[in-house]
Amino acid sequence: MCHQSVGLVQSVIEKAGIPTVSITLLAEVTKQVAPPRALAVGMPLGYPLGAPNDPDLQKQIMMAAFSMLPLRSESPQLADFEAS
Amino acid sequence: MATLDDLKLTHRLFMRAYRYRRFDWRPGAYLDKPLAASRIALITSAGFYEPEQVPFDGSSLGGDWSFREIQNTTPVQTLRIGQKSDAFDHSGIEADRNLALPVDRLRELAASGIIGQASHRHFSIMGSILAPGRLVRRSAPELVRLLQEDAVDAVLLTPV
Repeated sequence: MCHQSVGLVQSVIEKAGIPTVSITLLAEVTKQVAPPRALAVGMPLGYPLGAPNDPDLQKQIMMAAFSMLPLRSESPQLADFEAS
Repeated sequence: MATLDDLKLTHRLFMRAYRYRRFDWRPGAYLDKPLAASRIALITSAGFYEPEQVPFDGSSLGGDWSFREIQNTTPVQTLRIGQKSDAFDHSGIEADRNLALPVDRLRELAASGIIGQASHRHFSIMGSILAPGRLVRRSAPELVRLLQEDAVDAVLLTPV
């Protein structure tokens, strides 16, 4: 239910005019909650930034998420993370 | 990628039948300045809280809809974990809280000039909220107010 809580809070913040992006581990739930921007990272539940004590991977995922922030659309944007 | 098929049977049946809520965010916002000039805040649903804060209440029926402020200067590994859900493996966030609330990473990105700055505080909520009405009507608007007060340019949110 984390994905619903995050998606709803995200949507309220976006509505107030602050751009938002979230990570998702369960794209099928995120599609239903439909927040403005989400990055599907292909990791198990509990691992949104990829792996513990892996700063490079964590930063790669953050940068991929940040890269979605300039997107301007009235439909939800869902992108897949690809490790470089 | 996790799918609902990976969850325990009880969670899976519940999450398939559950009617997910939406909140209409349109027309939406967008980041209209360089990332290197932007102040970023983090929000996680890992239920983290600072050691001296009141713990989240994992026993409340619809879920604890409150939130906690996490200072950017708090050593991230000292955070307590309020999430008790057995729907996910906790060992990752136990080993490294940055996995859900990447405060150290945000600070590093700011130090190297990739983002403008980390906000001076971040926020934590509990994920296991089946009745999200009060989360949406009370906590989320209060979070908006605090983010605006902090002149945050963009927010990264992480579920667990």
